[in-house]
Amino acid sequence: MIEAYFPIFVLFIFALITPVVMLLIPKIVAKREPTPIKDAAYECGIPAEGDARERFPIKFYLIAILFLLFDLEAVFLYPWAYIYKKLGLFGLIEMGVFITILLVGYIYVIKKGALKWQ
Amino acid sequence: MIEIPFINLAVIYPEIAIFTASVIVLLVDLFMKGEKQGTLSTITMLGFAAAAIIASRQWFHFETGFSDALIADNFALVFKLLFCAAGVLTLFLSVHYLNREKIFRGEYFFLILSSTVGMMILASANELITAFLGLEVMSVPLYLLAGYDKKKLLSNEAALKYFLMGAFASGILIYGIAFVYGNLGTTNFDEIYRALQGKTLYGEPLLLLGLGLILIGFSFKTAFVPFHSWVPDVYVGTPTPATAFFSIAPKAAGFAILFRLLFKAFAPMMPDITGILWVLAVLTMFAGNLIAIAQRNIKRMLAYSSIAHAGYILIALTTGTADGAKAAILYLLAYTAMNVGAFGIVILLGREGEKDLSIAGYSGLSRRHPIAAAAMALFMFSLAGIPPTAGFIGKFYIFRGAVSAGFIWLAILGVVNSLISVYYYLRVIVIMYMKPEAESDRVITYPLSLMVAIILAAWGTVQIGIFPNSWLNLVRDSVSGFF
Repeated sequence: MIEAYFPIFVLFIFALITPVVMLLIPKIVAKREPTPIKDAAYECGIPAEGDARERFPIKFYLIAILFLLFDLEAVFLYPWAYIYKKLGLFGLIEMGVFITILLVGYIYVIKKGALKWQ
Repeated sequence: MIEIPFINLAVIYPEIAIFTASVIVLLVDLFMKGEKQGTLSTITMLGFAAAAIIASRQWFHFETGFSDALIADNFALVFKLLFCAAGVLTLFLSVHYLNREKIFRGEYFFLILSSTVGMMILASANELITAFLGLEVMSVPLYLLAGYDKKKLLSNEAALKYFLMGAFASGILIYGIAFVYGNLGTTNFDEIYRALQGKTLYGEPLLLLGLGLILIGFSFKTAFVPFHSWVPDVYVGTPTPATAFFSIAPKAAGFAILFRLLFKAFAPMMPDITGILWVLAVLTMFAGNLIAIAQRNIKRMLAYSSIAHAGYILIALTTGTADGAKAAILYLLAYTAMNVGAFGIVILLGREGEKDLSIAGYSGLSRRHPIAAAAMALFMFSLAGIPPTAGFIGKFYIFRGAVSAGFIWLAILGVVNSLISVYYYLRVIVIMYMKPEAESDRVITYPLSLMVAIILAAWGTVQIGIFPNSWLNLVRDSVSGFF
């Protein structure tokens, strides 16, 4: 039973060793000549400006949550489509019910104006 | 062809009825113009009625389905009927309140309905993952209901507190389920029962850990001390009719699953955990009752009293006998009636903006509003367990069950607590009847829907109290096939 997990243990050890080694090598080998520009936070070449913890519109949260919701539910379709023929009529009806419920949610979102972006 | 497991939709007919009603409510709310509260509450009512009729027709059918993940025995059905009753009563409590507070939105009915679906799944769950599913379906709408009055700070606080506590409780619960599955290799209650034969709880540390975590998870929902800290704030911040719903239905659902879990799946372990339950019961009763004494706000007092009442039912759970289960169901029925009544009066006497909730504000109420005062007195007597009310019958059978199962001390402590509770329940009556009238511009209207709820609750309180026989028969039938 325990032996079955040995590969995972090995992987764990490797996962631990690799980053430590990768961090240690530059510490030992590389030369250090810091300049202000080198120390600045890397933001695609543009100088950093202001704090990252800003207030931004709550609509982003709403969109993110709705995306998660519908994206996750769409994932259910893939395994269903894969064995669709084997499931037969029963599978079709079940998925029909599922999609209908999803559709009600979608109609709700649209009608409530959650996707409107003024 | 893939082998499709035996499904038998009959098991979830009541759930389907309520779920359909909830979807219709949502759509009607979206597309209907103008005044829609009447239509929406009618649809909700029809949904509950249909579910109740279906559930009562399945009496003694013992349907099982979904590979034995769900079971509709009488025990599950009596809880489903209880949820329907609680839902309908909450509906009657809500209509006037929502208008008064100007917070009516169609989602309110949707949330109550969908939460009830979760409770029903929880009551008929015969498997741990299904129970978890039911718990989540029940809880998420309840978090939203707590924050339903979204312009009010207290309501926001309630929702956030309830959500955070509930989310942690769910996490703990699923962790416990994982340990039990890891140890026994199954989540089905019947198979757990078989797998436990010949094992002792303290010989299996992982099983002990798993069962402990599961108990903690459900204890949050039923608010046993020390897992009760969210209750007062949530009950105060939540709109009052939803508070009434919170104090009855989810609690009953939590007890339903605890009974099935401990009396069926973990029955071989019961002797090992009665000690834990004993301590929980005593703590819950004492903490609930003693803190309730100090409360000045009626909703807060009822919150602590609901904790104490969970403690009494926990006595019945501790006994581990059929008599205990019967007494618990009877108590939950009685508690539903009297608590809905008490919250109904609180709504009746309140004013827009959730004002007038202090107990002192009820002084001299009997002179100007004798009917409201008399009804409140009835519910307070019943909550205190004074005959001839439902509360007395419920407590009587719980304590008798405890004594006959050999838990003499538990019964004595229960009676002591019952006496403590008399103090703060009777104080409300004393204030209403014996104190001079408070300076108040309180104007009470008697809206029809609210009166229906209060009258039904009063009828239930008196009916169970004076003619308990038919209720005892119902309760006896409801545990048949369970033991």
